[in-house]
Amino acid sequence: MSPTPQRLQITAASPDPALLDLPWHIPLEEWPAETLAALPRGISRHIVRFAKMSGRVIAVKEIGETVAYREYELLRQLRRLDVPSVEPVGVITGRRDPDGEPLEAVLITQHLQFSLPYRALFSQSLRPDTATRLIDALAVLLVRLHLVGFYWGDVSLSNTLFRRDAETFAAYLVDAETGDLHDRLSDGQRGYDLEVARVNIIGELMDLQAGEFLEEDVDAVAIGDALAERYGELWRALTESESFTFGDRWRVQARIDRLNDLGFDVGELDITTDVDGTSVRIQPKVVDAGHHSRRLMRLTGLDVQENQARRLLNDLDEFRAATDRQREDESFVAHDWLTEIFEPAVRSVPRDLRGKLEPAQIYHELLDHRWYLSEQQGRDVPMKQAAKSYVKNILPTRPDEQAILGVQAGEIPDTDMFPAIDPDQIIG
Amino acid sequence: MATVTFDKASRVYPGTERPAVDALDLHIEDGEFLVLVGPSGCGKSTSLRMLAGLEDVNAGRILIGDRDVTDVQPKDRDIAMVFQNYALYPHMTVADNMGFALKIAGTPKAEIRQRVEEAAKILDLSQYLDRKPKALSGGQRQRVAMGRAIVRSPQVFLMDEPLSNLDAKLRVQTRTQIASLQRRLGVTTVYVTHDQTEALTMGDRIAVLKDGLLQQVGTPRDMYDTPANVFVAGFIGSPAMNIGTFPVLDGVANLGRARVAVQRSVISQFTDDDKNHVTVGFRPESLDVVPAGTPDGIPVIVNIVEELGSDAFVYGSLTNEFGHADAVHSGAGDAQVIVRVDPRQVPSKGETIYVRIREGETHLFHAGSGQRIEA
Repeated sequence: MSPTPQRLQITAASPDPALLDLPWHIPLEEWPAETLAALPRGISRHIVRFAKMSGRVIAVKEIGETVAYREYELLRQLRRLDVPSVEPVGVITGRRDPDGEPLEAVLITQHLQFSLPYRALFSQSLRPDTATRLIDALAVLLVRLHLVGFYWGDVSLSNTLFRRDAETFAAYLVDAETGDLHDRLSDGQRGYDLEVARVNIIGELMDLQAGEFLEEDVDAVAIGDALAERYGELWRALTESESFTFGDRWRVQARIDRLNDLGFDVGELDITTDVDGTSVRIQPKVVDAGHHSRRLMRLTGLDVQENQARRLLNDLDEFRAATDRQREDESFVAHDWLTEIFEPAVRSVPRDLRGKLEPAQIYHELLDHRWYLSEQQGRDVPMKQAAKSYVKNILPTRPDEQAILGVQAGEIPDTDMFPAIDPDQIIG
Repeated sequence: MATVTFDKASRVYPGTERPAVDALDLHIEDGEFLVLVGPSGCGKSTSLRMLAGLEDVNAGRILIGDRDVTDVQPKDRDIAMVFQNYALYPHMTVADNMGFALKIAGTPKAEIRQRVEEAAKILDLSQYLDRKPKALSGGQRQRVAMGRAIVRSPQVFLMDEPLSNLDAKLRVQTRTQIASLQRRLGVTTVYVTHDQTEALTMGDRIAVLKDGLLQQVGTPRDMYDTPANVFVAGFIGSPAMNIGTFPVLDGVANLGRARVAVQRSVISQFTDDDKNHVTVGFRPESLDVVPAGTPDGIPVIVNIVEELGSDAFVYGSLTNEFGHADAVHSGAGDAQVIVRVDPRQVPSKGETIYVRIREGETHLFHAGSGQRIEA
């Protein structure tokens, strides 16, 4: 502990005493390597470091006191609204160095396990459509934020983390510093957020090209524009009103089904008919993301991403058909699928390989692998056998994504690769 | 470059009755640095966001130049929100960091280079254009970020409390830099702050808002010398003006034993609302310390002396012996006055000094409406 006369003020919902053991009397930039966790850093206006604490990893950001409290509160509100965002741990103020000089306040968030910053995704050789899938994920996140009335103010790939979600990605908000919660966003606010996103994304991709992490011939501008398009499509699908004649009432259900397919539940649907009753107008008023993940959660208690849930639910349906139990209560079948199929498959992964991917993602890949084997061998390969082959041939080649890099902090090569930018950049 | 006009522009948030910005009428000249200032919740940020296109305008119009932009999307307004979301890209050169937005917009290479070079010249960054941000100092990086907005040559710069996150020293430094840069560029700028010192030191003109209503707009000198109402009088100036409301009898406002002559032309403007009272304001520097027993001398018990080197201020209480002491208030609180004293002759704590308001340096306001009364 520091011998300094600092009087720390810790604001946290459930404070971990281990917080006190971190070297708060040292400017973040000079934290010793043994305290740090080896994670790649994004582009930031502030000094950000990842630190190990009680067996988990936290992200620590040096930032002005008022802004720190404000962002902490916003992140808490976003969690309550069930928007994918990092979990705030707390704010620490009153830091001083051994000479008694005040140090900046810090905002602490929980590091999101299995999350991937975009720079890590691009510097691994991933499939060429990675950019498109990242953009799709960011469009979904932005729509969800806008639906709850959150104006981000600084949408960028750097301020987002990605988690694998079956063959796609799920995006999480990391930085809420410039954000604001409103009852409802104006079109201007949404438009501005989208424009900032477009320009930032293009800038970030151009930067990767300048650093030779991304092929020169990738069209950064087209990728940025794609976000605006994807966002527009999704926003319209979720919020637009449609009118039809009274005889076409089936379109009410069709709209609900379409929203479910997009992964949204309809919480409230406005239905109005005109005076003579010949036409009907519907408009979704409240939509909640996570249609499939909620359903899977209800049936099995598994808490997974939306597309992983979709995949798992399909497998559950297949299991139900294969065992001829369509008439049985779905939750009983789900319980058996969980204990007989899902859990044994995931458990067959040796402990030392479990940090590679999340269990649900492993299961998703297992299903892919089984399909591939079955096709190759022209027969239905049982899960057990597929799992064995997957663990032997596929999983070991995967990078360790629980905490991305398996190196010691002292060896991080990223000070050049991902330079953090001074905190006095606030002006910029 | 362009003028900016708020034409009776209002913003009412859903579910509220009182407008956050109420029929704002404000014309900003081409190239002018206008500061919107007021306490929290006064509508200054909302006004700026209406101009940016981030808030809907429920009534009235907003014009940039002659163009009505009330319903135009933010990105099509040709404005730049400065100091937001700029992190520099580590692998790009300083020139690319400044010019990439132009590249996105499809501007020809030669023109980008030319505009970047011009901006770099103004920002004193010319010799760094081919370097990476890592090689720059903190201050130079800040200027690169500024350059990003400058190369776009927007019609209007918008800044919302850009200094609120800086420590006191850097705040003063950056304040001067922004003001001088703006003057060199000559781009119309609207700047929001809650800090009246920032407003006084930076703006060509200042617009003071309170409860969504424009109180007064004018040069820093106007605001200081002729505040339009009691609110502006108390808000502009540091330390704050001393303000009290007193009965007027026989052409004289009675501050207990002290008397302030009130001109006939002022009294003739009294309304029923004023109930024959007048609100008198006097700045800390409008008081002279006088010997005990001087006619119209007001006794002040010294609570604290704030010595600033070039100046010294006494924060003192009035006594009830002297009438209704709590009729007077200042930035220091009720029944408190602030007096500027000679920094080489400061009284000690607990001492009673006598002060007199210098003639012609009082500000008079309607006791009812709070509006200024001109003699």
